[in-house]
Amino acid sequence: MLPQGLAYLAAGIGAALAVVGAAFGIGKLTAATMEASGRQPEIAGDVRTSMIISAALIEGVTLFAEVICIILAIK
Amino acid sequence: MAPALLGHHVLAFLSAASPGQAAAAPAHSTEGGNNWMIEYLSDSHTLEIQPFGAIDLPQFPPVRFLGMTIDLSLTKDLVFLWLAAFIVSLALILIARRKQRNLVPRGWQNVIEVVIVFVRDEIIMPTVGREGVKFLPFLLTVFFFILTCNLLGLVPNFSTPTGNINVTAGLALIAFIVIQGAGIAKHGLAGYFRGLVPPGIPVFIIPVMAVVEFIGLFTKPFALTVRLFANMTAGHIVIFSLVGLIFLFKTVAVAPVSIAFALFIYFMEIMIGVIQAYIFTILTSLFIGLAVHQEH
Repeated sequence: MLPQGLAYLAAGIGAALAVVGAAFGIGKLTAATMEASGRQPEIAGDVRTSMIISAALIEGVTLFAEVICIILAIK
Repeated sequence: MAPALLGHHVLAFLSAASPGQAAAAPAHSTEGGNNWMIEYLSDSHTLEIQPFGAIDLPQFPPVRFLGMTIDLSLTKDLVFLWLAAFIVSLALILIARRKQRNLVPRGWQNVIEVVIVFVRDEIIMPTVGREGVKFLPFLLTVFFFILTCNLLGLVPNFSTPTGNINVTAGLALIAFIVIQGAGIAKHGLAGYFRGLVPPGIPVFIIPVMAVVEFIGLFTKPFALTVRLFANMTAGHIVIFSLVGLIFLFKTVAVAPVSIAFALFIYFMEIMIGVIQAYIFTILTSLFIGLAVHQEH
């Protein structure tokens, strides 16, 4: 296999792995938030705000990985 | 409605395709695809008005300043950045004037006032507290400006200013200055940097913590930059790729499927545009809160 082909493969696998991690993290986060607002509907607003902040931080890390993969793919 | 909206992306694909092939015949098809995509996503000196042609924006010779060469020519993103600034200031100044004449909100004034109250009560209050209300004008400006920039990219022929990493880096730099300024104004210069290390930790960890916290100051605006840029660019790449499938397979048969998916992503982009403006605002507010309340 050509080195260039390997680089494309690495970019694809890297992008996919980053998405798997982010999906797992945000999924767990949302599940916990839903459970908490189900138990105590009065704190739903506060919990949602914390959820959005945490989700944004997880997403940020994922996007670093995705940007690196894109750079690898288009170089 | 749908083909008219998506025509922008199809036309961009077509117009980018012809010069790319004429200039240099690509070795294999994937490279050609990359060139079109980069050309579509990157900034340029021409303003495309697709069915009617393109306008070449005026270019100025680069300026030498403190040993750096700065090119101050107009670019596509800059034009739409100015357009966004013009729309935001015009709309908000008109509404603020009307508010002074007549206190009872009417029409668009209602929408803007809902957003203002939301930013004050749901974004600033939980993150900074009552003393954060003095940051309300800054955060509202950030919110409305980013929202307008994000939504401008969805208009056919327009570019997304926030899809350019230099623009988001500039926004994050302003946010960084405000965050550090808020912390230093509250605690004083020495007090602020001393407060970076949480009290009550073992002495031998303090140097490590100080370095980590100091780097942490710079990763926050960097994360803001990349998040906004990547979110705005990703949506355009997905729409571009979905419409590009028609040209990749060289058949009209895939068109209904790819147009339907692209339309779905297009509507999701409207939602993402609003959410990203909200996230940029709430994270800036949160970081201001962290700088002001160092004891947490």
